[in-house]
Amino acid sequence: MSFPWAQHYAPKHPVMQWLDQRLPVPRLVYNAVGAGYPVPRNLNYFWNFGVLAGAALGIQIITGIVLAMHYAANGAIAFDSVEQIMRDVNSGWLLRYAHANGASFFFIVVYIHIFRGLFYGSYKAPREMVWLLGVVIFLLMMATAFMGYVLPWGQMSFWGAQVITGFFSAIPVVGDPIRIWLLGGFAPDNAALNRFFSLHYLLPFVIAGVIILHIWALHIPGSNNPTGVDVKGPQDTVPFHPYYTAKDGFGLGVFLTLFALVLFFAPNALGHPDNYIPANPLSTPAHIVPEWYFLPFYAILKAFTFNFLWIPAKLWGVMAMFGSILLLFFLPWIDRSPVRSANYRPKYKWFFWMLVVDVLVLGYLGQAEPTVLVVLGSQVCAAYYFAHFLIILPIISRIERPLPLPNSITESVLHGEKAEAAPFGTQTA
Amino acid sequence: MLRLFGPLIAPIVGLGFIAALILAIITASYESEPATAAHEFHLHPKPLHLASDGMLGKFDRQQLQRGFQVYKEVCSACHSARLVAFRDLSEIGFTVPEVKAIAKNWATEVPSVNPETGEPATRKALPSDYIPSPYANETAARAANNNALPPDLSLITKAREGGAPYVHSLLTGYRDPNTYRNEKGEALPADAKPSANLHFNPYYANLNFAMPPPLVADGQVSYADGTKASVDQMAQDVSAFLVWTAEPKLENRHRTGVAVVIFLLIATTLAYFSYQNIWAGRKH
Ligand code: HEC
Ligand code: HEM
Repeated sequence: MSFPWAQHYAPKHPVMQWLDQRLPVPRLVYNAVGAGYPVPRNLNYFWNFGVLAGAALGIQIITGIVLAMHYAANGAIAFDSVEQIMRDVNSGWLLRYAHANGASFFFIVVYIHIFRGLFYGSYKAPREMVWLLGVVIFLLMMATAFMGYVLPWGQMSFWGAQVITGFFSAIPVVGDPIRIWLLGGFAPDNAALNRFFSLHYLLPFVIAGVIILHIWALHIPGSNNPTGVDVKGPQDTVPFHPYYTAKDGFGLGVFLTLFALVLFFAPNALGHPDNYIPANPLSTPAHIVPEWYFLPFYAILKAFTFNFLWIPAKLWGVMAMFGSILLLFFLPWIDRSPVRSANYRPKYKWFFWMLVVDVLVLGYLGQAEPTVLVVLGSQVCAAYYFAHFLIILPIISRIERPLPLPNSITESVLHGEKAEAAPFGTQTA
Repeated sequence: MLRLFGPLIAPIVGLGFIAALILAIITASYESEPATAAHEFHLHPKPLHLASDGMLGKFDRQQLQRGFQVYKEVCSACHSARLVAFRDLSEIGFTVPEVKAIAKNWATEVPSVNPETGEPATRKALPSDYIPSPYANETAARAANNNALPPDLSLITKAREGGAPYVHSLLTGYRDPNTYRNEKGEALPADAKPSANLHFNPYYANLNFAMPPPLVADGQVSYADGTKASVDQMAQDVSAFLVWTAEPKLENRHRTGVAVVIFLLIATTLAYFSYQNIWAGRKH
């Protein structure tokens, strides 16, 4: 698709030729993730995470569909139906723990994937659309995970739903009617549980659709790489298959091993004990915290304690929380530096790591008890988060002097070893 | 469009966020809150080692049976275990006739319908029944417990921070509020002392616990296997039993996990060598 030297699909078997002329699905696969997609030869392990995110989605869809065969979306029996899955359904405990921890691993992988993009400037031209679709996927994932967490109808499910839908009541005048309309009642109940289940089943397939667009958009310019330098010729690339299928196979093995360790030996470590208490609208938990992957955003939400410009603090908090993600849509136009990879951006590199630390600290503060220090910390970190994108990035992309870029990917890889310069894939070992 | 408006809207709204935060920081009052008694006197659970711990952990069935005995003879007077069926007890080593006898002789009968009149009635439990609550409903439970509600114990070791060690510490953690000293040697302030019907227990989050000490004397139950029934032993055994009620598939999970991880390590090693092989001699 992307480069003139891409290998062409040439089926040898008559059945495949017959199929290719009528419905060229094998050709599509060949061009998308087969030998027909040329990829920079110098990708490091951070480029494994896209495939891993796809694998995580696959795990969620398969375990989710089987869970849905046993789960009952009814406030009176939802909790018990999940316990039934854990106790009486064959390997139900495995399905349920795989799905619950699968969501966490999905987010771990996607967060690394996103920060990879931030470090190597993958959001910049000509890959803006890839980035924008990625942010859409992230938003859909958050909605899916939130609604999934409500389904077991434990205390955190119920109170999490209460708090999150409560955001809407921060909107002046129309807020409360919207909230009641969304929930189908004054508080989360059967109506809410049923619609959440319906949407929780739907959204992963919407995500799958957007992923297809994401990859389509990626294949127009082709993958970025750790130098951020454009592909100049055939010597810079290798065919996706077998080179990156092999590397992704190894990466998948490492991912699944780590996943299995948590799933089988610490399956509740990432969850909250209160969700093993059935939902009780009359008893509010001591402190309500969302799942770990929402904590940085939760910290931003809670950091706003000042009614500024006649807008109540709560509304500022809600706007900032959504704003912190929506901001990412603007990133390709905020960062004007023409250099992609942070490896050649001595100043940006520092601020990138500052941002990583900032987000980790926000995550920690999101679950801490709101003492004076914790609130102050989240205010400083939340302000830094916005300052990173809106003040620091525009300034450094102006004043920074990038390091000299390599002339090509191959040059950076080979350091002058000519013998290696023949195009990969055309060589036989 | 984006090229035109993006650079305008984002900074204005975003700088608003920063301004609101800076004002919040400047205008906040920074008096530190006084430390509460709950803060100063609350203890983390004591360590508890059970056979089911760790990656290769298995249940000690002898201990689970002792723990069941404690649950049956002491805790079940106030606590249900509604997710555990009597038949499940065969998994911890009771024989089928034993299970039938346990169900039949259970102190509370299970709800049923009089076959002649259709009136609500009760009958003796069957192995397929779940361990019932001793109370007819929440109101009855509260009425019998000074308005506190004894929670169902099926999931308790997963539903509390600290798990089984927490339950063990709680059961053995009752102290005399008048003589108790914390690590710093401080006595409990008067306003933190338990009111009537509450019991001082430093392992409980707010120190004042509505459950009267259930395990009070050595030998409160007599174990068939000859184990000495000290208060600590009974507390350990019932905690172990409650690990099983919360996670009956734990052994299966550990066993499957070991096999899966070994398989994945081998598969990953092979995948690594095939990756190295395919890229052999190619710089990247
Ligand atoms: C006399 C009735 C009674 C007996 C017997 C009893 N409990 Fe309780 N238990 C209660 C009550 C009442 C509460 C609720 C306390 C509260 O909410 O403060 C409770 C609460 C608990 C809790 C929850 C603590 C928490 O963190 O919320 C655990 C665990 C517990 N009991 C375990 C046991 C065990 C194990 C036994 C048997 C050794 C037992 N109980 C025997 C009445 C009883
Ligand atoms: C984007 C992918 C998905 C994510 C991030 C996700 C996330 C979650 C989460 C966090 C939970 C709560 C787990 C718990 O605490 O027990 C959950 C539960 C559930 N999900 Fe998903 N899910 C995804 C896809 C799916 C799909 C495709 C289905 C079905 C078609 C599904 C069906 C269910 C069911 C039935 C439950 C309730 C059972 C349970 O609590 O274990 N999920 N999901």
